[in-house]
Amino acid sequence: MSYLEYSVKTVPSGWRKILYLNWPVVVLLTAVAGVGFLMLYSVAGGTLQPWAEPQMKRYLLGLVAMFVVALVPIWFWRNMAFVIYLGALGLLVAVEFVGSVGMGAQRWIDLGFMRLQPSELMKIALVMALAAYYDWLPLRRTSNPFFVALPIALILIPTFLVITQPDLGTAILLLTAGGLMMFLAGVHWAYFGIVIAAGAAGLSAVFKSRGTDWQLLKDYQFRRIDTFLDPSTDPLGAGYHITQAKIAMGSGGWTGRGFMQGTQSRLNFLPEKHTDFIFNTLAEEFGFIGGMSLLVLYVLILVFCVVSALQNKDRFSSLLILGVGLTFFLFFAVNMSMVMGLAPVVGVPLPLVSYGGSAMLVLMIAFGLVQSAHIHRPR
Amino acid sequence: MKRTSKEVAESYARVSRRGMILGGLQLGFVGLLGLRMRHMQVDQADEFRLLAEENRINLRLIPPSRGQIFDRNGRIIAANEPAYRITMVREDAEDVDAVMARLAELVELGPDDIERARAEMARSAPFLPVTVADRVSWEAVSRVAVNAPALPGVVPEVGLSRVYPDRETFAHVVGYVGPVSERDLARYEDPEPVLRIPRFQIGKVGVERNYEEQLRGRAGAKRVEVNAVGRVMRELDRREGEAGSDVQLTLDSDLQNYVQARLGEESASVVVMDLEHGDLLAIASAPSYDPNKFVRGISVADYSVYRENERRPLASKTVQDAYPPGSTFKMVTALAAMDAGVVSPNDTVWCPGHMTVSGRRFHCWKRVGHGHMNLELSLRESCDVYYYDLALKVGIEKIAETARRLGLGEVHGIPMSAVTEGLIPDKEWKLRNRDAPWVVGDTVNSSIGQGFVLSSPLQQAVMTARLATGRAISPRLVKSVDGIETPRDPGEPMGFNENHLRQLRQAMFSVSNNRRGTAYGSRIIDDGMRMAGKTGTSQVRNITAAERARGVVRNEDLPWKRRDHALFVNFAPYEQPQIAVSVVVEHGGGGSAAAAPIARDVTLQALYKGDPPLEAYPTKDRDRIREQQQRLAEEREDKMRDGRSRA
Repeated sequence: MSYLEYSVKTVPSGWRKILYLNWPVVVLLTAVAGVGFLMLYSVAGGTLQPWAEPQMKRYLLGLVAMFVVALVPIWFWRNMAFVIYLGALGLLVAVEFVGSVGMGAQRWIDLGFMRLQPSELMKIALVMALAAYYDWLPLRRTSNPFFVALPIALILIPTFLVITQPDLGTAILLLTAGGLMMFLAGVHWAYFGIVIAAGAAGLSAVFKSRGTDWQLLKDYQFRRIDTFLDPSTDPLGAGYHITQAKIAMGSGGWTGRGFMQGTQSRLNFLPEKHTDFIFNTLAEEFGFIGGMSLLVLYVLILVFCVVSALQNKDRFSSLLILGVGLTFFLFFAVNMSMVMGLAPVVGVPLPLVSYGGSAMLVLMIAFGLVQSAHIHRPR
Repeated sequence: MKRTSKEVAESYARVSRRGMILGGLQLGFVGLLGLRMRHMQVDQADEFRLLAEENRINLRLIPPSRGQIFDRNGRIIAANEPAYRITMVREDAEDVDAVMARLAELVELGPDDIERARAEMARSAPFLPVTVADRVSWEAVSRVAVNAPALPGVVPEVGLSRVYPDRETFAHVVGYVGPVSERDLARYEDPEPVLRIPRFQIGKVGVERNYEEQLRGRAGAKRVEVNAVGRVMRELDRREGEAGSDVQLTLDSDLQNYVQARLGEESASVVVMDLEHGDLLAIASAPSYDPNKFVRGISVADYSVYRENERRPLASKTVQDAYPPGSTFKMVTALAAMDAGVVSPNDTVWCPGHMTVSGRRFHCWKRVGHGHMNLELSLRESCDVYYYDLALKVGIEKIAETARRLGLGEVHGIPMSAVTEGLIPDKEWKLRNRDAPWVVGDTVNSSIGQGFVLSSPLQQAVMTARLATGRAISPRLVKSVDGIETPRDPGEPMGFNENHLRQLRQAMFSVSNNRRGTAYGSRIIDDGMRMAGKTGTSQVRNITAAERARGVVRNEDLPWKRRDHALFVNFAPYEQPQIAVSVVVEHGGGGSAAAAPIARDVTLQALYKGDPPLEAYPTKDRDRIREQQQRLAEEREDKMRDGRSRA
C-alpha cells in the first residue's frame, strides 16, 4: 500500500486546501448545530446558560478540530488508523479501572477541560481501522473466512468492552456500523445471512436468559425493553418518559406550539429534554415542519457524503466517508426511533443537537476525516 | 505491492454498488421516520394535544361557603365563622426547626403537633403549605402576623367553619357538620369532587344532613398550570362558586330556647305546633348536646360522657323515640267509637274499678271505680273501664284506622334524623310480627294506649292538632329555602263528624279546667288563653297481680329507670285554637304531675311570645312561677351571651 499511486501533484497544498473543502457539508453541519443552539436556548427557559453557550464553544472547538484534521493528508490518517484503534482500545480498557461512572452508563476519563468518553472515540476509530483493513486486503480475499474473522474480532473486542461499561446504545452502534462497513467492503452476502440468523437465535437466547444465573443483560436493560414493547406497563416509572416524550412530539401538530411555548418541555414533563429527548422539544415547538426540516438537513449531509464517496477513487477514502456517514446516520436514526417510540430507550444522543461534548467533538473530527479524504482525493 | 488498474476499478464498482444499496436503505428508513412523525403530529395531533393539556392543567376547587340556617324570625341558628390556621411552606422556611421553635412561642404547639407537621412536610412537596396549628385564636394569628419577618414560610390562613351559637338548643333539629368520612363518600354513587377537599364539612345529622344539597352550594374552580412535580406556575382562569342556599326553619328560637331551659336536665321532649299550617314552633329534646364539639371533632372523653348518660342526650326523643301514648290515646278510642256509631257522647258505662274480659281482669287506675261515666266524665277523670267497654264494642280495626287518620303510625316528612313510624297495631300486624292471633285483651290494652301502641311526641302533637282543627294538618319544619317559601298546606278536612270533635274538645277542656279534671292543677286563668288537654301515664313495667294485692308501689319509691313516663297533650286557646303542644317526660311519674305543668308553661310562653303575666297562673302558683321565670331568664341570658361572644 502506498500513496504513490495517487496523483499527488494535482492535490492542492498548503492553505489553498481550504478552498477545496466540501463547503456545503460545513454549512449543513453548522445549520444542524444552530438548530441545537436554538433548542438548548429554549429548554433552558430562554437563556444561554447553562447549555446553549457551552455548546456553542464546543462547536467552535469542534470546527477548529475538523479543519486541522482536514488539512492533514488522508494517507497519514490511513497509516495511523491501527495506531488510533489500538489507542482507543487501550483507553477503553483503562476506563474500566480508572474511569468514573455517571447516570448508570458511559464511563469517562476526566481530562480537566472535558470529559473524554473512549467509547465515543472508538466509534470513529473502528470505522478507520476497518476502512484501512479493507484497503490493505486484496479484493479477492475479501470473503476468505480467515480474513472475514479478523475484522469481526476488530468489531467484537471493543463492543464487548463497551457492553460491560454498560452502554448498550454505543455497543449496538459499534456492532451495526462495523457490520455495515464489512458489507460495503464487499464481503459475501452469505456471511450476512448467517449473522442475521445467528442474531435472531442470539436474541431469543438473551430473552431466555432472563431470570437465570447466566442472564446476558442487566435487569434495567430488560425493563427498558419491556417498557418499549408496552409503555403502559409502567406508566409512572420508565414508561413515563417515553409516554411524555410521545405526548410532546404529538402535541406539536403541523406547525408546533411556537418557540419556547412547548408546555411539555417547559414544565419538565419531558425527561432529559436537553440531551436524548431534545428532538421532542423541537417537534413540540416547531411541529411536523420543524422536525422534517432537521431530518432534511441530516439527509442532505448524508447525500453530500455519499456523492463525495462515489467521486473518490481511493478505496480507503470512499470506505471511510461512507463509514462516517453511516455512523452519523445510525446516531440520528437510533435517537429518533427511540424518541418516537419505535425503539427502546438506549441512550443515544441526537448528533450535533443534543447537549454533550465528547459526541460532538468526535463527530466533528470524523467529518474532518471526510473533508481530508475529499481534499486529497486522487484526480 | 502495486494495485492493478483492474483491481482498482473492480473495487470502485463494488463499493459504489453497495454504497448505493445502503444509501437507499438509509433513505427508506428516513422515510419511515418521516411517516411516523406525520402519523403522530398530524393524524394523532389532537389526542396528544389533549394529553398535554391534561398534564399541564390542574383543576383546583374553591370550596363554597355553606348556607346559613335561621329561625322563623330571621335569628341565626347555624352560622359560618372564620377559622384560622397556621401553615408552613417548607422550602420558604429553610430551617424548619428554628422557625417551628419560634412559632411555638407565639402559638400553642404541643410536641405532638410539631411531630405531625414534620411528618406531613416530609411526605409532601416542599412548596406545599402544611397545616401546623388548626383553629387558633384571632389573637394568635395577630401575633404571628406581627412577627412575620422572623417566621419565613409561615402563613396564617383563614377558612370558614360551622358554629352553632345557641349550642344545645337546636342540636337535635339542626344536627351538625363534620369532615367527610369514607362512609359519607360511600353514600353517594358519584361523589362530587368538592367532597374530596381535605377538611370539607358536610351535614352529618338533622337538617344539616337532610338539606345538604341545598346548603352546600356549588364549588368554584380555578384552572392552574402545574409543572411535572405539581408546582403551580400560574392561574389560568377562575370560576367563582355559588354559596349554599340559606334555610329558614319554622322554629321560633326564643320559644325553643325557653323550652330547652325549662326542660333542663329532665329526660323529656316537647313539640309545639302552629295550627294554621302545621309549622313546628319548637321541637326540643332534653338533655341535649353541644353540636360545636362535633364540628371540631369530639374528644373520646366528651363523647363517652354523652354516651354513658342514662338520659341519652344524643337521642332526639321528639321524633326517634316512640312511647306507649297511655291515656292520651283515649281520644282516638272515643272518636273511633263515635264515628262507628256504636256509642253517643251521653251514653253511660258503669265503672266498678275493673272489667273482666275472657277470664282476665283489667283494672281501672282508680281501684274503687268511677261509677257512671259518659264521654266527658270519663276523659276528664281518665276512667279506663269506659274505654275498655268502647273498644270491645268498636273493635281494633276501627281504632287503628282512626289512629292513622289522626297521624299516628305515620312517618311525618320532616328533615330530622331517624324519624320513627311509631306503631298502631292491628290483627294483621300481630299475626305477621308476633306470630300470634289477636286476642280481645289486646284490644282492651290498646284502647288506653298501652300494649303494643307506640307513638312519638311529634305524632302526639299532630294528633292533637288534627283533633283541634278537624283538618289533616301535617308538621312543617322548613319555612323557606333561599328565600323561597316552602309549600304551606292547611290540610284537608278529615271527614269526622264535627259534633263528635266538638264533644271531644269539650271533654279535653274539662280535663284542665274542671275542678275534677286530672290536669286542673295546671289550668290557665286568663280567659282567652285557656287550654284543652289530656294527661297520660304510660307504664314501663307490668304490674303483677301479687304486686297489686300488696298495693301498687308509688312512683317516687321506684328507681328512676322503672318509673312511668308522664305525657300530656293540649291545644290552646280553647275557643280559637292556635297551637298544639305535646310533652313527654321520661320516667316522670304521672302525666298530671310531671308533664302538664311543663305544657302549661310552654303554651303560655308560645301564646304570649315571651314570659306571660303571672295573672295567667292560679294564685297559689304565682310565687313559684315568678322565681322560675327569673331563674330561666337568667339562664338563657347567660347562655346567649356566651354563645354570641363565641360566634
